[in-house]
This record gives sequence, structure tokens and C-alpha cells, in this order.
Amino acid sequence: MSVSPPPSPTSQSPNSELPWGTRWLGVTGLLAPAGLWLLLLLVLPTLVIFQLSLVPNIRPGDVVIPSGIENYLRALEPANLGVVLRSLKLAIGTTLLCLGLGFPVAYWIALLAPQRWRNLLLLGFVLPLWTSSLLRTYAWIAILRPTGVLNSLLGIVGIPALDILNRPAAVLVGMSYSFLPYMVLILYSSLEKLDRQLLEASADLGATPLQTFWKITVPQALPGIAAGSLLVFITSLGDFIDPELLGGASSMTVARLIYNQFLGQTPNWGFGSALSMVLIFAVSVAIALLLKYGDSSATQR
Amino acid sequence: MTETAPTPQPDLDHPDSPDFPLDMAHSSFKPRLSWQSVFVGLMFVFMYLPILVLVVYSFNESAYSATWEGFTWQWYEYLLSDARIFAALRNSLTVAISAVAISAVLGTLMAVGLARYRFPGRQLYLGISYLPLIIPDIAIAVATLVFLAAVGFSLSLWTIVAAHIVFCLAYIAIVVSTRLADLDRNLEEAALDLGATPVQAFFQVLLPQLMPGIVSGCLLAFVLSMDDFLIASFTAGAGATTLPMEIFSRIRTGVKPDVNALSAILISFSGILAFVAEFVRYRSEAKRR
Repeated sequence: MSVSPPPSPTSQSPNSELPWGTRWLGVTGLLAPAGLWLLLLLVLPTLVIFQLSLVPNIRPGDVVIPSGIENYLRALEPANLGVVLRSLKLAIGTTLLCLGLGFPVAYWIALLAPQRWRNLLLLGFVLPLWTSSLLRTYAWIAILRPTGVLNSLLGIVGIPALDILNRPAAVLVGMSYSFLPYMVLILYSSLEKLDRQLLEASADLGATPLQTFWKITVPQALPGIAAGSLLVFITSLGDFIDPELLGGASSMTVARLIYNQFLGQTPNWGFGSALSMVLIFAVSVAIALLLKYGDSSATQR
Repeated sequence: MTETAPTPQPDLDHPDSPDFPLDMAHSSFKPRLSWQSVFVGLMFVFMYLPILVLVVYSFNESAYSATWEGFTWQWYEYLLSDARIFAALRNSLTVAISAVAISAVLGTLMAVGLARYRFPGRQLYLGISYLPLIIPDIAIAVATLVFLAAVGFSLSLWTIVAAHIVFCLAYIAIVVSTRLADLDRNLEEAALDLGATPVQAFFQVLLPQLMPGIVSGCLLAFVLSMDDFLIASFTAGAGATTLPMEIFSRIRTGVKPDVNALSAILISFSGILAFVAEFVRYRSEAKRR
């Protein structure tokens, strides 16, 4: 789940003293099986859909001859561009919601809760991740539907019923719910390492709690904020289940559009492949931005 | 993070310790009923409300209304007499167990290889090993389907296994490599110095130390494989319906009381699984201290 880079060993590897032949055998034996699998079922397939995305109006049984970028241009047609923009808006909205809701939770567990309860509290918060994501989203249908739990509760208090199921707002609720635990996990691991002596020093030197928060806590937690936001952004950008089950016809997203190109009523594999490439491209851009600006903000400290 | 000198850290968590600053005993570090804790409490309610709703409704007499109409076991009886659910569960378990078993071997070998050897193209290999975690599921699903169709491979239950191995091995490799990073390398070097072959050193020294990492990686991969809907529905052959696919086909048309019962059962199982996983992790961490 975490996108943190693997720790690179600093010391010389013990195996570097082995004879060349044994070394080569070791590298191949350890890395070839997984490498071949990834090559065959991940890298090659991605190249194949890239090739297919360049074939406009493909029909089953046609010979695949890359001949143009019509499929990509089709993604820019107003209706499809609207879908892309809606996906981006929903992903950004989910990221902001998760950050806004998740930061106080991670902060409280990492800094304010009694120490011996911290691990248990964190574990308790992310425990729902262990249950089926499909069923957790399904539960929101029961809560948000017009005669559901939410409106029954609102009815008791005397607030008029809300009709948000099958609207983008329901997708936002469902996605925030689905991805909040990831955000809290990443923010927690970043806030846990916070240098508490800086907080004390800041308070001793007369800073208000709000000043301390913005000038000491937030800058130190910035790498965690960036990593958590990136993770939630890319997962919600590619999410299919929440928009499909909670969004209704009014919230078509890129993932749903891609799904329809393959398993829907009128398949178009070329267009679907082009949309998949657009999605992969968008995710790559988000990661590149994090690597570029995430690192510089981390080293400025 | 910054390296700190190994000076004893002031004990800020016990108000009676001499290190505890006086003014802090009454301010920010003492847990109390503040707006923060109320907010966090509400967030816990938010996380558990949907689960609670599913469990409560699985016992509700009325199938479609939100109001409580009395206690019943009928949805559970209904569910237990449903052969399709059991067939789907069997398919899901077959996929998850096969994919995790193969990925455990491939992922562990990969993590060890990447940690122990420098070679040209290592960065590229490392980058590709992260792709399954980064590329959205829908794109992986599409790519796998198109590729299998292009090479004329007919879809079945085993094509789901092949596709699941891709992300399972990536997750297992990540978990194993974090464990590898804080292992004592001297043990392995000592084994080699004492005349063990690299293969002996791997099986008798390294592997036992990696076991907790492999086990928790496998649990994670198992849960993700059981949970996967998108990749399975793109790579499944006729009749190879997994549990998430079966659930999806039932719930896309609205609330189903027997699915509520199924949810309650699955939630109990995953609760037990989570407990076992945390227990294994806790034990291995306690042992290392």
C-alpha cells in the first residue's frame, strides 16, 4: 500500500565477493522468475494496449495496424472530456476531504493520545480495510438511499430528507470513506517521527498553538502529506466501484467509461485502450510532480 | 529524518516523570476531552457505521425498508442454501491461494535479489516491480485482457490466477524488502565464511529470518486477491465467477438482504484474519526487541 521507496543498503553487498559465475547465477535465479512474469503479464500487455490505442474503429477479428490517433482525439470530444474532468474533480475532492478529515485523526493518535493506546487506536482505525471494499461501498447504498439510514436519522431530528445517492456527492462520500485509512496510515507514520522538542521550543519562545502548527508541524509532515495525497489521488482517479455503485448515470468517470468499452453493451477496444493510456499518463504525471516537488520541499527543511 | 545523538529522550508521556515540563502537564500533551478527541471519535463512528449498518440489517425482518421490523435468521438460511455463493467462494479461494503461493516464492526471490545484488538495469527492474502498485487496477485489467486475446489464450479461472500473481508478488516483495532492510547481515556473511554455499545460506539462515515478513506479505496479498473485482472480471473465463464478481452482479441493482448476511459473515472472517495478522506481527516485533 505504501509508495515509499525501498531502503537502499549503504554497505557493500556480501555477495559481491563471490566469483563472477556464481554471482550471475544468483542474480538470474533470484530475479528471472518474477521479472519474466512481470514482463509477460504487465510490460508486454501495456505495450499491446498502447499499440491497440492507435487503431481507430477496430472490430473483433480485424488485423491490428496502428494507423492514427483518432482514439485519443475522441477522448477530447466534449462529452468524453467532461468525463475526464469530472474524474479529476472527484479525485481532487476526495484527496482534499481525506486530508482534511485524516490529518486531525493522525495528529491526535500520533501526538495527543496516550502512548500505550497509539498502536491499538491506529489499528482500530484502519481495521475496516480488511473487509471487502465492494461491501463497504454497498453499505453506503443502504445509508444514503432515499429511504435509508441517513434520511431516517434526519427525519427523527426533523431535517428534510437528502437525496444524494446516484449523484457525484455520494461518490465523494464513498471514495473518501474507502481511502481515508490509507491517508491516516501515511500521515501517522510521518507525524510519529515529528521532533517534539521543536514543538516545545516553539511554545516556549511564545508562538501560539496555531503558529506552531503551521510553522513547525506542517512543514515537518509535508513529505507524509504529499505521499498520502498522491496515493489517495491516484487510487480515486482509477476507482471503479464507488462511482459505479453510488454515482448513478450522472457521474460517469474515466474508469467506468473504460469498463464500458470492454464489458459494456457497445465495446470499442481501441478507444478503451486509449483511455487506459490517458489514465496511466495522468497517474505518471502525478507521481513525477511528487518526485520533483515532494523532494525539494523535503530537503528545504 | 534528522539523525539524533543517542541521548536519553525526555519522558513526556508520564506526568510524574522528572522530565515532564510543568506547564505541559496541564496543556497539550495530556489526553482530555477536547474538540480534537471528539472529532476523532466521530471519525471512528464514520469508519464503523457502514459495517454496523450491514450487520444490523442482516438480522432485519423487512427486506427493503430502513426501519427495524424485528429479528430474523431467514437471510442467513437463504444464503446458506444458495449454491452459487459457495461456488463463487470456492473459485475465490482457489484463485487467492494459488496466486499467493506462487507469489510468495517469486516475490521473496525478487526482494532478496534486488537487495543483495547490484547489476546494470537494476533501477529499471525496481521501477517495473513498483508498477503493479501504481497503475490503476482498471488499466492492468484492460491490458491483461487485451494481451491474452492478442496471443489467443482462452480465459479461465487460471488466467485470473496469472493476473493476480502480478500484483500479489509486488506487494509480497515490498513487505519482504522492508524486513530485509533491517536484518543482521553478519549472520549470512558468517554462514558463507564458515563454508556454507550461497544456497545453504539462503535456506538455512536468510529464509527463517524473513519468515515473518513473508507471512504478513502473504496475508496482505491474500486479502487483496480475495477483494479484487476489476482484474478478475476482465480475466475470468465463462463460469469462473469469483466472490466479488458474484456480489457485484447482485448489488448493482440495489440493496439485497442476503448480501447483508454475507457481509456480516465476511466481516467476521476478516476480523479474525486481521487479528491473526496483527498477532503475528506483534509477536515478531516483541521477539526482535
